[in-house]
Amino acid sequence: MLSKKQARAFFLGGTLVTFLIFIGLTIYSFSKDQDQTNYGAITEQVVRGKDLWEANNCMGCHTILGEGAYYAPELTKVLDRRGPGYVKAVLMSPIPWEPNGRKMVAYNFSEDEAADLIAFFDWIDDIDLNGFETVVSPLAKDKKK
Amino acid sequence: MKYKSQKVAYWFFALSMLLLVLQIVYGFIMGFARIGMDGLHEFIPFNTARAVHTNLLVVWLLSGFMGAAYYIIPEEAQKELVSVKLAYVQLISLALVGVTAIIGYHFNWWEGRKFLEIPRQLDYLVVVNVLLFLGLIIATLYKGKRKTTTALVLTMGLLFAALLYIPGMIPFDSQVSDSFFRWWVVHLWVEGVWELIMGGILSFLLIKLTGVDREVIEKWLYVIVGLTFLSGILGTGHHYYYIGVNKIWLIVGGIFSALEPLAFLAMALFAVNMYRKGEKKHPNKIALFWTLGSAIVSFIGAGLLGFAHTLPQTNLYTHGTLVTAMHGHLAFWGAYAMIVLAIISYALPNLTGRKLYDGARGRAAFWTSNIGMIGMTVAFGVAGVVQVYLERKLKMDFMEVQNEISIHFVVLIICASLFTAGIVLYIVDFIKYGRPTDEALEIKE
Repeated sequence: MLSKKQARAFFLGGTLVTFLIFIGLTIYSFSKDQDQTNYGAITEQVVRGKDLWEANNCMGCHTILGEGAYYAPELTKVLDRRGPGYVKAVLMSPIPWEPNGRKMVAYNFSEDEAADLIAFFDWIDDIDLNGFETVVSPLAKDKKK
Repeated sequence: MKYKSQKVAYWFFALSMLLLVLQIVYGFIMGFARIGMDGLHEFIPFNTARAVHTNLLVVWLLSGFMGAAYYIIPEEAQKELVSVKLAYVQLISLALVGVTAIIGYHFNWWEGRKFLEIPRQLDYLVVVNVLLFLGLIIATLYKGKRKTTTALVLTMGLLFAALLYIPGMIPFDSQVSDSFFRWWVVHLWVEGVWELIMGGILSFLLIKLTGVDREVIEKWLYVIVGLTFLSGILGTGHHYYYIGVNKIWLIVGGIFSALEPLAFLAMALFAVNMYRKGEKKHPNKIALFWTLGSAIVSFIGAGLLGFAHTLPQTNLYTHGTLVTAMHGHLAFWGAYAMIVLAIISYALPNLTGRKLYDGARGRAAFWTSNIGMIGMTVAFGVAGVVQVYLERKLKMDFMEVQNEISIHFVVLIICASLFTAGIVLYIVDFIKYGRPTDEALEIKE
């Protein structure tokens, strides 16, 4: 029968080994030739867009890369589906945008801020999401056909 | 109660209860918004309610864990807490930081990073607070007469939880890196080190309630936390499938997260077996209900329902849908909320000297809240599956789908009302117990 000492060795050993593998895989994933995000394309404008995204907790309603709150639409590939004109109108709206009765906070963004957020979405749209992009992207495209 | 300083635990538990009530209120605000009743939109829009709801959960659970540690560590180490005064300072500062963050969320002061919305400035205060807490616990343990495995596992869990908060504070330019390291905090907390905390509390409760030999219980505790880390660390990969990192995570995350239910299964089997084996019949049946309930419901909520959408083939469609909310609710309830309610139920009679654990109210609280939460989980599950099917298979527009599934949120609100009734009953009991007193020192547990 397993002794307490063996049980402790199993805990410590298992933890150490899996943790080292985890660190190794993390380093591997972030090595340059494994980049799927087009990291070099992150401009200052994209970063400003990301800052706005965070400062207003957009993830508190929307999802992006499938992460967020499921109250408002996924915004990965939103430019594909809606086009930049629509997105800009929503962002700059002085009154709550209300499609099908669900209200969005009226952020009343400036022209520049809207452009920053659109640059951010544009960068997001080019990320290789291991197939998830095909699940969220063709929604509107298929409909148009 | 064996040590005077254990009384400080009571106030952490009281803070927990207060924040739990607030968490539920914000849950209702979101539930009603989802069926179109969003009259509060101007003051409390959905993203505010959501950040408040999830952050309150984290803070009340942490407050509960801290209370548990202040109760358990003196008893395990056989030594009074090194400083009660500093423990109260820590309590008050925890409450202040928490309340400041929550108020800030109503004025657009936050970082829109799911679960880690607390602004960086406050993050530093959180760090100071947690360091103070850890200092008190570790010093007590270090100076204590004995160092038990239960106390070590609990302390290790709390220490790692603090360390893992750091990756969430590193700023990134890339949304992908941001997300990747955010999960180091969130996943490695809830599917890693928090399970050490849960395991530590569970083990303490089982030793007290069943009378099974400490050596046996603690041996299995090692096996369980071993399984947790063995599956949980690499299981983090299930958050990395579709966020823009290497495909290797599909394989690693798939395999190891599929093993995660094993740790929870082991925990449930362990708790039930120890109960069966135990010859001691502790009169505090309510604490036993919550203890065994936590082990079993966490297996269903975290283990089985997690498994339901953890394989990459399934997750491709369920990623970013209400299916996650289904799993999240029962998992947090079973694994963490119930274990906190268990330790409170066990500690209160000992802290206050009043043995109210035979009443019908306690049992009603247990069953009503559990049935309510299971109903909520089913409502989220049905809504989630329908959403996946309509939106991702039939490619309907997001809001059209939301209107189709709004009926499930009516069901959700009804079940949430039942759940709330259970929690209210629990809190009525909490209040009836009254304040902790030194007189309770003389009473045999």
